[in-house]
Amino acid sequence: MGYPAHIDYSLQLADNALILGHRNSEWTGHGPILEQDIALSNIALDLIGQARYLYQHAARLIGGKVTEDGSGGREVTEDGLAYGRDAWDFRNCLLVEQSNGDWGKTILRQFLFSAWQYYFYGQLRNSRDQELAAIAEKSVKEVTYHLRWSGEWVIRLGDGTEESHERMRRAVDELWKYTGEMFAPAAYEKELIRLGIAVDAGEIRPLWGEKVGEVFNEAGLEIPMTWMQGGGKDGKHTEQLGYLLAEMQFLQRAYPNCEW
Amino acid sequence: MHDKQWPLWEVFIRSKQGLDHKHAGSLHAADAAMAIENARDVYTRRMEGVSIWVVESKYIHASDPDEASSLYDPANDKVYRHPTFYDLPDELKHM
Repeated sequence: MGYPAHIDYSLQLADNALILGHRNSEWTGHGPILEQDIALSNIALDLIGQARYLYQHAARLIGGKVTEDGSGGREVTEDGLAYGRDAWDFRNCLLVEQSNGDWGKTILRQFLFSAWQYYFYGQLRNSRDQELAAIAEKSVKEVTYHLRWSGEWVIRLGDGTEESHERMRRAVDELWKYTGEMFAPAAYEKELIRLGIAVDAGEIRPLWGEKVGEVFNEAGLEIPMTWMQGGGKDGKHTEQLGYLLAEMQFLQRAYPNCEW
Repeated sequence: MHDKQWPLWEVFIRSKQGLDHKHAGSLHAADAAMAIENARDVYTRRMEGVSIWVVESKYIHASDPDEASSLYDPANDKVYRHPTFYDLPDELKHM
């Protein structure tokens, strides 16, 4: 049996990656141009790949088997964790579950999260949990590219036409209030920070702020003054997550343990 | 946006083993930086490459296929242009 805070933490990281990966995958076949459709689908695959490693880790901590062995639905598996939990069990940040909106909003959501993930994984490489450290080591390379790609798009659209600028400005207004949560540790995170397992996200805030400020500056975007909404890490989500899960989990809910 | 297509770019990829860049295909992009990123996403997904070149398609000048007979056929009967008429010493092994 794993240590409960450790499980919550692994699930939080897995949920972040899965939910954003799924949101991005909603663009597959709908991208504004073929090349960008592929680019965002690649990012979706990277994130879902990260989610798999993290769910496998969580399943091991919980004490279940990682792979389905056909002995019935009671085993804890990566699939069970992704497709069998309800919205209040999910630990992801509110930012990643927000709807795609237009291309600008999708890009900005990716940029704000990739910037966080970049510094976060950078620190997680030093975790005393060897498995998390290894996942971070692998993932940081992928995220480096996500950050570069999304950052260039934020600049391109923010500093583009009147309309693209206006759309980016609206996206900033919609999403900024969900950024504070990424740096506010939940109770289970505080416990793990003391044990050297979790990253103290408060420490990466200045780095994140500097990176985001740099790109916003070049894009001609301003950081709004706003209150910050939280709760996702403790399972209190916006209405957006329910719709996403209804679609994502449908098949496994309707036909439990089905395979193809 | 529909009537304003991004320009077309030709993509050249050098593979891990390869010495030279080979034409991989083409794609649309607003500028060179985006063309390289798009090429990375479209043409190196399966570990095909370690280096990417892009050039806007309009800068590639091609020979005219209708002139093929005058351009290439004259080389047909000039075997002496191949270095096959030398007696090589036995010590040379790798020619």
